[in-house]
Amino acid sequence: MRHLVERAISLILILFAMAVITFFLARVVPADPARLAAGIEARPEQIEAMRKDLGLDQPLYVQFQSYIAGLLKGDLGRSLRTRRPVLEDLKLYFPATLELALVSTFVIILISIPLGVIAAVNVGTWIDYLIRVFVVAAMGIPPFALGLVLQLLFGRWLGWLPLEGRLDQLLSPPPQVTGMFTIDSLLQGNWVAFRSSIEHLILPVTALALGRFAVACLFTRGSMLDVLSRDYIRVARGKGLTEQRIIYRHALRNSVLPVITVLGVQIGYLLGGTILVETVFTFPGLGSYAVSSAVNSDFYSAIGATLVISAMFAIANTVVDLLYRWADPRITI
Amino acid sequence: MFAVASKTGPLESLPLRFRIRLQSRHIPLMLTAFSLLPFVLFSISPETLAPYDPLMISVKERLQPPSSAHWFGTDELGRDVYSRVLYGTRVSLISASIIIALAAVVGISVGTTAGYFGGWIDRIIVTITDMVLAFPAIILAMAVATTLGSGIQNAVLAIAAVSWPVYARLVRGLTLQLRQEEFVQAAYVVGCSWLRVIRKHILPNMLSSIVIRISLDVGFAILSLASLGFIGLGATAPTPEWGVMVSVSRIYFLTEWWIGFFPALAITLLVVLTTLAGDELNDLWNPARKS
Repeated sequence: MRHLVERAISLILILFAMAVITFFLARVVPADPARLAAGIEARPEQIEAMRKDLGLDQPLYVQFQSYIAGLLKGDLGRSLRTRRPVLEDLKLYFPATLELALVSTFVIILISIPLGVIAAVNVGTWIDYLIRVFVVAAMGIPPFALGLVLQLLFGRWLGWLPLEGRLDQLLSPPPQVTGMFTIDSLLQGNWVAFRSSIEHLILPVTALALGRFAVACLFTRGSMLDVLSRDYIRVARGKGLTEQRIIYRHALRNSVLPVITVLGVQIGYLLGGTILVETVFTFPGLGSYAVSSAVNSDFYSAIGATLVISAMFAIANTVVDLLYRWADPRITI
Repeated sequence: MFAVASKTGPLESLPLRFRIRLQSRHIPLMLTAFSLLPFVLFSISPETLAPYDPLMISVKERLQPPSSAHWFGTDELGRDVYSRVLYGTRVSLISASIIIALAAVVGISVGTTAGYFGGWIDRIIVTITDMVLAFPAIILAMAVATTLGSGIQNAVLAIAAVSWPVYARLVRGLTLQLRQEEFVQAAYVVGCSWLRVIRKHILPNMLSSIVIRISLDVGFAILSLASLGFIGLGATAPTPEWGVMVSVSRIYFLTEWWIGFFPALAITLLVVLTTLAGDELNDLWNPARKS
């Protein structure tokens, strides 16, 4: 319980720190936000009016106070492009990225652990070697390059999977409950939409997860090798247990534990990767929103999206940490 | 990749020159370094190796598939993709070097200061480091690049701005350990100034850890620069930068795939090779990695 409180406090501190950094990025670094907000052709008095309007004539600490107060109320400013509150935009795009990240994480866990175990059990053989080569190569491929190649191969040449978007254009999105199309279409019982949303996820998830899964796989392999060299495994062998039983009942559980921690770091890379992969697949999520805002110098939207993606990372890390403690009986919460 | 020099053994404290002796276990690293050689050559002298001017527009020859005249084909303006990829090596390698130099210099200065002096200086530096590391790196780099504006210099600055904390954290830890060593304390006792203690007694002893970290980071720097270029916040249009080339090729990618494919391949190859080299260096020099 004490640990839960500690983690909650540290999460709040991290989120606060993120707010501080984004404040500096949004208000201090750019040459003149007022000029940008007022537009290129604004006259000096218009810029001055905009400066007052945005509160930029106030001392820095006052600006910071109102920024934090705004954040707490969910006010992230207004998009300079759409003139809509940034929060409204983010609400629209958040579920898509959450869905993408969750499915990717799930896929990473599902593939990396078995492959890592296979590599470790066959250590030194060609299977192990093949897996390791694949892993190193997968880590080096830029997610956007992989995305483009997948599009070309499976979307264009083979025609198996859709090229872009979240759903077939002829289908209307399922009624919003979670905002995640897979879950919403299931809730609606709409199998056509469900199938379509899954099909639209396959390529982006592959592009996003391949490099990250590689790291988790390598880590599982190392951890499994470590566990397999322990004394209690030797004892189990000495008792005459079958190799299968030793691996599944004795070694697997203990070797999977440390992998949970590496997942936290990987989720960070994964969320970072969304800005690239979503752009490639024109996937309407936070990542592509952040990019289009950034490229169009729409500060408040870009900063808002940065803040939300980073907050997702901080929360994911906290969850991973708690999960680790829950899974490891030697540590009590 | 993760336990980079978290523990230092006795071997670690030996200066670099005593440990390089060619043995059979060095072969993988030599092979990797050898395959990196072409990239180094491309970046030193693309003028002599590239068959065409990377900026020469020739509308008559636009969108040609790979042929003997244009090995990697031509792009939407008829520029030779092969020549542009060669010139791109220089852009990538130079930018990556600047990123790492900036990040390492800032990180090392900040890290040694924190580790050596401790107290409130340390606490402030650790807090700032943790704050920056709490963001997914590329997201923060994107945000910084947004506020700085596009252009390759700004992209380099933005990536350096998010990379230095890794060095600061590593160096701080090492400094904390080294400060306890007798030879460092002895140097302090005989009256060396703090600057001299850091420069002559602490820094040389963590050189190998820093070199390992740098070698592992080259790939990250190249990838980040290409990523920023790809989303439109890095280098700008005519510059033969790989990320930008891939980005511009997106419109044509499904039909004229070669425009983007070869720069993407170049990024992948360079990142894989540098990461491999870093990993092998780590295997050789980092006793904590021996298994």
